[in-house]
Amino acid sequence: MSILIDDASLELDGHLILDAITAELDAGAVTGILGPNGAGKSTLLRLIAGIERPTRGHVMLDGESVHALRRRDVAKRIALLEQSVDLATELSVIDVVLLGRIPHRSGLLGSFDGPDDRAVALRALESVGALGYAERSWHSLSGGERQRVQIARAMAQEPSVLLLDEPTNHLDVSAQLSLLAQVRHLGLTSVAALHDLNLAAAYCDRLIVLSDGRLVASGTPTDVLTPELIRDVYGAASDVIRHPRHGGPLVVYAMEGAISAQHDPRRDPLRTPQPSRV
Amino acid sequence: MAATIVAATSATQRLERPARLRYAAVTIALAVVLVAIGCLAVTVGPAGISLDDVVRSVGHHLGISGVAAPPVLADSIVWQLRLPRVLTAAAVGAGLAISGSVMQSVTRNPLADPYLLGVSSGASLGAVAVLVLGFSFALPPAAFVGAFLALIATLTIARTGGSLSTGRAVLAGLAIAQLCAAGTSFVIFWSAKGDSYRDILNWLLGSLAGSTWDTTLISVTALVIVGGLMIVMAPRLDAFAFGDTAASALGVNVTATRWLFLGAVAVLTGAMVSVSGAIGFVGLILPHMVRGFSGPSHRRLLPAAALAGAAFLVIADTAARTVFDPRELPVGIVTAFIGVPVFIVLIRRRKVGA
Repeated sequence: MSILIDDASLELDGHLILDAITAELDAGAVTGILGPNGAGKSTLLRLIAGIERPTRGHVMLDGESVHALRRRDVAKRIALLEQSVDLATELSVIDVVLLGRIPHRSGLLGSFDGPDDRAVALRALESVGALGYAERSWHSLSGGERQRVQIARAMAQEPSVLLLDEPTNHLDVSAQLSLLAQVRHLGLTSVAALHDLNLAAAYCDRLIVLSDGRLVASGTPTDVLTPELIRDVYGAASDVIRHPRHGGPLVVYAMEGAISAQHDPRRDPLRTPQPSRV
Repeated sequence: MAATIVAATSATQRLERPARLRYAAVTIALAVVLVAIGCLAVTVGPAGISLDDVVRSVGHHLGISGVAAPPVLADSIVWQLRLPRVLTAAAVGAGLAISGSVMQSVTRNPLADPYLLGVSSGASLGAVAVLVLGFSFALPPAAFVGAFLALIATLTIARTGGSLSTGRAVLAGLAIAQLCAAGTSFVIFWSAKGDSYRDILNWLLGSLAGSTWDTTLISVTALVIVGGLMIVMAPRLDAFAFGDTAASALGVNVTATRWLFLGAVAVLTGAMVSVSGAIGFVGLILPHMVRGFSGPSHRRLLPAAALAGAAFLVIADTAARTVFDPRELPVGIVTAFIGVPVFIVLIRRRKVGA
C-alpha cells in the first residue's frame, strides 16, 4: 500500500508543526524519517495514521484520503508503534497482542476474543519470535522483549502499513539490530522515525529528512546522507564513508572535544602510542 | 511452523480454560451470595424477623397466590423498611463499583474513584442547602442538580477545543470539589442548627437510613439504564490500556468515548449520591478486588464489580444499622473501616500500583 503525502501542513496552537510536506512512500519499502528533536517526525507519523488532521493538504492511502475513512477502517490498514508507552494495568503478553484485534471485532457482540483472534495473535507472536513468553506479564519483560511484543500487537492488526516512532529507543545494540531486521523481514510498507543515522542507512530503502517541520531532503540513504546535510540539519561535523560490510553510507562524526586515546596514554593504558606516528 | 502454532494454541487454551471457568464460577457464586446476603440482611435487625416472614411478605406483595399472609408488623418492617433499604444498598454498591472501575480505566489512574470529577461535592452542596432550609423531602433532586452542575463546571474547565484531556479533567474536578466543599462548610457554618447537624453529618458521610421505595426506584433505574450502557460499551475501554494515541490507532474515537463514559459515570454517581450521600471506598477498592479474578477485560470486569459492590454495600449497611444498635452509624464509616485494611493488603500484595 503506497502512501502519498500531498502538500500537508499542520498547525497546532498557532505553531506550524509541519510545513507543506510532499512525499511519496513506496509500497513494501522501509522509509526512514530523520531530523533533530522537534522537527516534526512524530507528528508526521500521527498525521499518516489519521490521528492528527492536516490543516491543509492530504494523506492518501492507495488513492483514498486517510482522513475520510472511519477510524476503525484506518486501524485495519495502519498500525502505529508509539515510542516508550507504559501500561497502567496488569496485562499478560497475549492480552497485549489481542488488543490488536480490536479494530477487527464487530460492534456489541464481538467483545470477547474468539478462537480466530487468538490464532492471529499467536501467529503474530510466533512471527516475532516471542511465542515463548505469551503468558508472561508485560511488566516482567525487558525493553527489547516489549518492543517485540508491540510489533506482534501491530501485526495482529493485520495492517498493510506499519508506522514506528523511534522504535530502537532504550534498546541495547543487539535488540536494535534484530528489531529493524524484523521490520524489514515483515515486508510491509513501513515508516520509522529514527535518530541513529547509521541504523537508518543500513535498514531503510529510502530516507526523508525533516527540519523545523519542512522536508529538506529525500531519496536513497546514499543520496541523502552527506556531510553537508548532516551539518545543516544536525549542526554536527562528520565524514561519510563506505560501510565495509553492506557498502552503504556510514556516518563517522568528527566528535570535537572527545578524548583522544592516541595522544593520552594515561587514559587508555591498553593502547600504547606508536612513536613513529606521533 | 504450523505445528508449533497448533501446539502453542492448545497450550494457551489449556491455560485459558481454567481462567474462564473460574471467572464464570466466581461470577455465578457472587450472584448467589448476593441474593443470600440480601435475604439474610432483611432478617437482621432489632425486631426479629424470620426468613419465612420475609418470603411470605415478598410473595404476598408480588401477588403470588397460595402464599399465606405474613403477620402485619413483620410485613410492614420487611416491606416498608428493610427491603427497600437492602435493594437501595445493592443498587448503590453496584453503581459505585461500576463507576469506579470505569473512572480508573478512563483516567488510567488506579486511585481514581467515582467522585473524581467533583460530582459528590456538588451533590453535597445541593443536599446540605435543602437540609438547612428544612426541605428534606427535596433532597434527591437537589443533590442530583448539584452533582450535575458540578460535572458541567468540571468538564467546561477541562475542555479545550472540543477535546477532553483526562489530566485537566482530574485537576478541574479537584478545583470544583474544593469549591463545593467550601460552599458546603459555609452553608453549615451560617445556618445549621439543632437536628439538621446530624442529618447533614449523616448525609456527608453517606447513609442509607433514608431509603424508601422511591430511592430504590431511582437507584435501580439509574443502575439498569446507565450501568447497563457502560457494560455494553465496556470493550472500548480495553483499547485505552496503552493510552489515548494507542486507542486512537486501534480505531477508537477517543474524545467521543471519553465524553460518553465520563458523562455516564457522572449521571450514575449523581443518582447514587442523591439517594445515599457520598459513600466512600466502594468505588475505589472493589474494582481492585475484582480485577484479580476477572482479568483486564472490561466486559468481564464491570459485571463482576457490580455484583461484588452490591454484596459489599449490603453487608456494610447491615453492620452499620445493627452493630451499635440502637444507634446507627453512617455506612461511609463502615465502608472505610472495612475498605482501608483490604486496600492495604492489596497494596502489600502489589495488586495495586505495581
